[in-house]
Amino acid sequence: MADQVQASAQRAIAAQRAERVVDLRKRPRIGESIIQTTLFACGFISIFTTIGIVFVLFEESLAFFADPAVTLVEFFTNTVWQPRIEQFGILPLVNATLMVAFIAMGVALPLGLGTAIYLSEYASERARAILKPVIELLAGIPTVVYGYFALTFVTPILRGVFGQDVVSVYNVMSAGLVVGVLITPIVATLSEDALSAVPGRLRQASFGLGATRWETAIRIVVPAALSGILAASIVAMSRAIGETMVVALAAGASPNLTWNPFEPAETMTGHIARISGGDLSYGSIDYKSIFAIGLVLFFITLGLNIASRQIVRRFREVYD
Amino acid sequence: MSAETNASSERSTGTLPQGEAVRQNVAQRQRRGRVWEVVLFASTVVGIVILVMLAFNIVNDAFGGIAVQSVVEEEDLTDGRRLEDLSQPELIAILEANLRSRVLRNLERERPLAERDEGELIDIINQEIIKPEVVAIYPLSEFLFNRAAIEAELAEAFPRAELQFKSWLNWNFIVSPMSSNPTQAGIRTAILGTLFLLLLTVLIAFPLGIGAAIYLEEYNADKPFDERSPVGRWLNRTIQRAAGLIETNIYNLSGVPSIIYGILGLAIFVRALEPFTSGAIFGATEGVTANGRTILSAALTMSLLVLPVVIIASQEAIRAVPSSLRQASYGLGATKWQTVWKIVLPNALPGILTGTILAISRAIGETAPLIVIGASTFIVTDPDGLFSKFTVLPLQIYNWTSRPQEEFRAIAAAAIIVLLILLLSLNAAAIMLRNYLRSKRIST
Amino acid sequence: MTSATYDTKYAIETRNMHIYYGAFRAVKDVSFGIERNKITALIGPSGCGKSTVLRSFNRMNDLIPGARTEGEVLYHGQNLYAPDVDAVQVRREIGMVFQKPNPFPKSIYDNIAYGPRINGWKGSKAEMDELVERALRGAALWDEVKDDLKKSGLALSGGQQQRLCIARALAVEPEMILMDEPCSALDPISTLKIEELMFELRQNYTIVIVTHNMQQAARASDYTAFFLMDKDDRAGQLIEYDTTSNIFQNPKDKRTEEYISGRFG
Ligand SMILES: Nc1ncnc2c1ncn2[C@@H]1O[C@H](COP(=O)(O)OP(=O)(O)OP(=O)(O)O)[C@@H](O)[C@H]1O
Ligand SMILES: [Mg+2]
Repeated sequence: MADQVQASAQRAIAAQRAERVVDLRKRPRIGESIIQTTLFACGFISIFTTIGIVFVLFEESLAFFADPAVTLVEFFTNTVWQPRIEQFGILPLVNATLMVAFIAMGVALPLGLGTAIYLSEYASERARAILKPVIELLAGIPTVVYGYFALTFVTPILRGVFGQDVVSVYNVMSAGLVVGVLITPIVATLSEDALSAVPGRLRQASFGLGATRWETAIRIVVPAALSGILAASIVAMSRAIGETMVVALAAGASPNLTWNPFEPAETMTGHIARISGGDLSYGSIDYKSIFAIGLVLFFITLGLNIASRQIVRRFREVYD
Repeated sequence: MSAETNASSERSTGTLPQGEAVRQNVAQRQRRGRVWEVVLFASTVVGIVILVMLAFNIVNDAFGGIAVQSVVEEEDLTDGRRLEDLSQPELIAILEANLRSRVLRNLERERPLAERDEGELIDIINQEIIKPEVVAIYPLSEFLFNRAAIEAELAEAFPRAELQFKSWLNWNFIVSPMSSNPTQAGIRTAILGTLFLLLLTVLIAFPLGIGAAIYLEEYNADKPFDERSPVGRWLNRTIQRAAGLIETNIYNLSGVPSIIYGILGLAIFVRALEPFTSGAIFGATEGVTANGRTILSAALTMSLLVLPVVIIASQEAIRAVPSSLRQASYGLGATKWQTVWKIVLPNALPGILTGTILAISRAIGETAPLIVIGASTFIVTDPDGLFSKFTVLPLQIYNWTSRPQEEFRAIAAAAIIVLLILLLSLNAAAIMLRNYLRSKRIST
Repeated sequence: MTSATYDTKYAIETRNMHIYYGAFRAVKDVSFGIERNKITALIGPSGCGKSTVLRSFNRMNDLIPGARTEGEVLYHGQNLYAPDVDAVQVRREIGMVFQKPNPFPKSIYDNIAYGPRINGWKGSKAEMDELVERALRGAALWDEVKDDLKKSGLALSGGQQQRLCIARALAVEPEMILMDEPCSALDPISTLKIEELMFELRQNYTIVIVTHNMQQAARASDYTAFFLMDKDDRAGQLIEYDTTSNIFQNPKDKRTEEYISGRFG
């Protein structure tokens, strides 16, 4: 009797379930949409930043070139930058920037690559555990501290070695060497990533043919990681070009077209920092000029960054 | 062995070393390999060596000896007794005997000498009569290991000078405001400015960065509009393109030199938005003197600078959350945001925090953009609001380093030590925070 | 340096060999000899130490931190693990082909030329061409790739890649070739090609092959060594070593019989 009642109740519930109206259509979720839009806006700030940079640089540069004292041709060909006598040729600044960057690469490439190869091909776990934090520490030191180091440590040594008359108090060499130290961690870590990404079985194959560790590293692993190493070097170069504090402190404060690394010569970044560090009146030609220099700087570094990314994308060996 | 292989063919295939030649060949290659290993190891060690030199350089300058010379010796004033042992009337007598009457009158007018206690009188005697002055400074290494030469040199140039140890890094240095006299200058204003700027930057960049990272990682493949209508399809495609653009753009922005951000901040925050960033539209009065070169402008600039790095670090942390967790949540009927808020973010938080704190702590070492937006280098008032003028430690270091006097170099070195300690403790805090959050998640 | 007693019939002979990974003994007390110009198969269930034994023949275990070999591994009467033996020289004598094809990300030509070049090969460009051709012919790959030797080694099919790896090993004229499951990543047709190739190579080389495939061992080898993990200390042991036909048709050990008839492993 009781069983029957229960059974019929169950049947009723089942029937109810089957007849229940189920609506699975999408309905707008206002809250979700608002959140999604907000998050998208957060991401879009980066686009605004880029647009802002390009817009600001272009606008004020246009004002700069509109000045009767400046012409575009003169800007790129004149070898003198002397705002006081209305000479605006960016060449000396670019030249000093490139000198610093090349000296820096001369330091950072061998040191950074050597470190990367040592860490990825030779070092034991214990050695890595000690050496990697040291490299990260080097990368974390503020650049102004490196500037201090260049001016108060490296420059006196250079002057001691090459002579007080040969080496000026402010000189490109000291700045370049220290910028090199500063970008070494970039070369080292990015290259090490590329080297470690080379599959171990390539190394095994090489050892199996009777290659030594060095032969394996230099003839198999490094070539296989070449695109990554190249990209790392380009990123480092771009950092060297954009580096400000070391050159502002150690490279000198006068635009100077010279090939002598022991002379003072102001870089693009150094010049921007010096001009804007003083009391800058808006609308003056000095004020506008930093935007024109900034524009050149921006495009050089942007070009390098895009190049590095392309290299990584295009030439990466695909191992399954 | 391979002799038969060679013999069986007509054409030559060159020769591999055989027998003893193999041995020599291998030995030679192994030697070359060892030489290179030493070279590689050396280049790795150079990093450590540079770090040591850097530390030596800073410590060497931040501590050392100073030669102090007084106009009048204490003993000459007091007949060999110590000032501290003298009574108040005796001190007044010394003042009256050695100061010009006009100076004495001024002091009396401020407050009669007889009403002042011994400590105050001794201070006046020190400042007005003894007048100790630093006549030479020596780095630590010379002070310690070249004492004899220094003393000989001093005896010649400043026979009355007294050589003493000086730590430029001391409590006074940390709590005193700026001063044009290096022996009295301090970094109180700069430390406060640095901390304040850091806090503001975190408050601005952190939510924006995480928001962007969530969008790029979780909503990237989303199609918010109706796929059935052409307009919806077009909108969806546009949004996805924009997201792709944002990704590339973030990478490129992370490579833009920091000084360019300074230029951007100068043009936008300092100039174009001056009414806002100077606080003028909020009726702030102090901002009028700061001209938009306020700590708010600096924080906005710094936020844009660190944003790409914060986004990339957060993206990595979010990506590390296993997708099985997300699927479990969706499987229970959670919406996207519920999944993100309840599942993804709590799991990604330790990673996000460490990554972003490390990224933002980089920003407190940044100097170039602040130079460009025109942070003050000489102010004595503490930053007290969004619209106040400010200075930061790296700027002080830059400013002092660029002066030729050795005293300024010394306090620059002392300020560097403070900056590095600040940086290290921030990093340590980030790591501890991560470990704490991790342990909490495991135990619950 | 030549040990007084060694059997010239063997290319490699192990005597009481134990191999450790750190504190863990992976292989214990293996003593056997690999006959010259024969194909020897190492079989046994997973984890019993076949690869470990194979790698000990050309000191590839040296590359694993903490790995250590005790006992003797005699090659031409010399203990490969004597302190004055150079691992690089050993590997030049005894080549290796790996489970997963691992061509270098270089052209086919450079893949082959790499070994001779690092090993102090002397000759002209034409001679190198000849050497590359001979190695590729030796590995039965020549006809398939002769038109495009500049193509990347990674662009070949899996079976072709594996034959390229064999060709690469041949080019340094080793005396022995070790193969660790060379066909496990390949389809049946490519597998057959490699097996045929092994028969060819047997005339000039001593071959040791690790395989999980019983048919392959039965088909393609002259001798078979059966390894099994000791139940107590999980160390691999040599259970039985004989001609392949004996192992498969009348194994002496019960465990061997169980294994080849598929009762475990
Ligand atoms: N690099 C290593 N480090 C530590 N232990 C290892 C290492 N390689 C192998 N072993 C251990 O040594 C034992 C034998 O491994 P080995 O690879 O030789 O087995 P195998 O017979 O080749 O197995 P499979 O058929 O699966 O390839 C196993 O217990 C394994 O866990
Ligand atoms: Mg194996």
